[in-house]
Amino acid sequence: MNRTTPFALLTNGNALPWASVPEWPLPEFLRNVGAELDRGERLSSLFGVPEGAALRLVAVLAFDAGNTLAVARSQPFSGSFPSLTATHSQAHLFEREIWEQHGAVPENHPWLKAVRQDHGPGPAVGEFFRVDGREIHEVAVGPVHAGIIEPGHFRFQCAGEEVLHLEIALGFQHRGVEEALAGGPHRATVYQMETVAGDATIAHASAYASVLEALAGTEAPLRAQWLRAIALELERLANHTGDLGALAGDVAFLPTASACGKIRGDFLNLTAMLCGNRFGRGLVRPGGCPRDGDLDRLGKLRERLETALAEVQQAAVWLWDAASVRTRFEHTGHLRAKQASEVGLVGPAARACGLVRDVRFDHPSGWFRFAQVPVSVWPDGDVFARARVRWLEIQRSGEFLREQLDAAPEGETLSPLPALAPNTLAVALVEGWRGEVCHVALTGADGKLRRYKITDPSFHNWMGLALALRGQAISDFPVCNKSFNLSYCGFDL
Amino acid sequence: MFVHDILLNRLKRGCETMAYPAGPAPALPDRHGGALRVEAAKCQAGCSACVVVCPTEAITRPPNQPVALDLGRCIFCAECVRVCPTGAITQTGDHRMAVRLREDLTLGDAGKEQLRLAVALDEKLRRLFGRSLKLRQVSAGGCAACEADTNVLGTIGWDLGRFGIQFVASPRHADGLLITGPVSKNMELALRKTYAAVPEPKIVIAVGACAIAGGPFVGHPQVHNGAGALVPVDLYIPGCPPHPLTILDGLLRLLGRLEDSERRS
Repeated sequence: MNRTTPFALLTNGNALPWASVPEWPLPEFLRNVGAELDRGERLSSLFGVPEGAALRLVAVLAFDAGNTLAVARSQPFSGSFPSLTATHSQAHLFEREIWEQHGAVPENHPWLKAVRQDHGPGPAVGEFFRVDGREIHEVAVGPVHAGIIEPGHFRFQCAGEEVLHLEIALGFQHRGVEEALAGGPHRATVYQMETVAGDATIAHASAYASVLEALAGTEAPLRAQWLRAIALELERLANHTGDLGALAGDVAFLPTASACGKIRGDFLNLTAMLCGNRFGRGLVRPGGCPRDGDLDRLGKLRERLETALAEVQQAAVWLWDAASVRTRFEHTGHLRAKQASEVGLVGPAARACGLVRDVRFDHPSGWFRFAQVPVSVWPDGDVFARARVRWLEIQRSGEFLREQLDAAPEGETLSPLPALAPNTLAVALVEGWRGEVCHVALTGADGKLRRYKITDPSFHNWMGLALALRGQAISDFPVCNKSFNLSYCGFDL
Repeated sequence: MFVHDILLNRLKRGCETMAYPAGPAPALPDRHGGALRVEAAKCQAGCSACVVVCPTEAITRPPNQPVALDLGRCIFCAECVRVCPTGAITQTGDHRMAVRLREDLTLGDAGKEQLRLAVALDEKLRRLFGRSLKLRQVSAGGCAACEADTNVLGTIGWDLGRFGIQFVASPRHADGLLITGPVSKNMELALRKTYAAVPEPKIVIAVGACAIAGGPFVGHPQVHNGAGALVPVDLYIPGCPPHPLTILDGLLRLLGRLEDSERRS
């Protein structure tokens, strides 16, 4: 960093005393956050911390180019606060969430609505943005969907086949994850972290473990960090392969759809070789990884990995060779880089708009400090680009695993976790397969969790899907939706 | 040329659907553990080592009573297996876990050390659904893992369609529901409406620890601790998530399409 900022800086997976987080009067806090966003920095998280009857805001910004994270907090206030959203779209959902969780009203917020509709008949019931006109019709889809998918509600405003506006109402999956963390960690906490988004178990469990390790002033043994990186890339391989198959299925290209459905399971089974569970339950714990892999097991894993990688290569070649696929993928669900950057997209969806952002590269922690994965970028911003980025990442994760499986550090995989430091804030980012998973923890004077904030990549990215649908034929919704493949429960918490 | 390549590749690979249930079941991962077995008779007096480590309070031991493990609440973390000093709780490696009655999931007492596996539907329902069962899937707070491993049954390796079981796009086309997730309060209305929209006679299958008893979220005010609070459940399939083989076993068992009848209630 060769510029000055009033924010406190820290690197990924570290902690700092709550007292050294800069504290500004609310207007100054919002001005400083806005100024950093104007410089092109990214809002990783923005949330409230109750202070008696009043509320503080805490901002976590990602200075991607500087490989640092910046935090600051406002002085306690009550009532309302001027909304940042009108000038900085990245704050949009965060401000709605603050209003829903704490009652503090973001004044002049352009679309102030609850994020999860905690109270009442459910998120599909209520007011939606409407387009007026004799030719306009509305289509409502969900929460229960046609396939085996999590619940969400999509409200389309259409002129004929063309979608003018899509509003996405979520919250159906709300299970009270953050609420339950107060006073924790509890006995069930780590299991809840593993199921924040069950298809991103390793990403969320690693972020949680890393936050707790930072608060305890320790680090997981090197071999555990290595195991977590292996598992994270296996998780990415399984899900990206599943997504390529699902995208192929949505444009009726069955060879790739059938093959990838099976290969996805083969990757999940590799994770199960390590811990017994296809989704990686029990693999990551604060302090390390409880189960190691011996040489024989890792050798077998390596062999089966090669088979699965060769098969996915074959299935992908079919996909890229088929003109019928290209014609359906190209120019569908298009997003410009400027839009992506304005709404703060992360993960493959952002990289498919040409944005170079990847936590493994920008904010390396754990094993990624020693072994890098190149950032996979494609400039076009359409369904094709999002599929293509996944394919690039499958290849690069494969390469990473080939190299790293031969480079295992020796040693223990689990060390006891000391008590958490009181009055301390810790931040951990992990590049899950959907993008940046952000966990922020604040301990109280008793060393228990006082506030815990989880930001799943889907929290940033659902707005990207809504924007991508504008001007599209409504029949292209499934393939657009699949190209983002966002988490409902990760968003709903 | 790519059409030629695809066809050639397809021919070379042959049929990729597993032989099960006519042939042997695919092996579970060696670290999976499978169903648990609980022998309360082996417990030491006054020991509650398993009770205090269980994250979902699935294990209870009231004073002067034998230990009881509710496999419906269990998320299979196996902490209890690790801490038990006498080997009273063990992993069997058995993938078969589906039961018809909620109380059949409670293990421990003499004669109830292992699960009493599900019996098939009665004759009338078997005639209706035995060779064609259409299900509507409702995810109600599920984390996407139970959903994913149910979805897997539709892939070429498992090919659920060969049993006449299919997931359909409308409750009006369905013979029953397959529910995942603890049933979040925000999904209550949707679940009730979906259930009401399925024509009689209908069945309900609860898949995973969440749908049976709330899973890791049991006791949260935002959830219902399982589908049973809202709709009558005909089949419980434990796991977090259940392995696809466990789900398939449950479905086939319900339809009376598995030969092994041991340990049925």
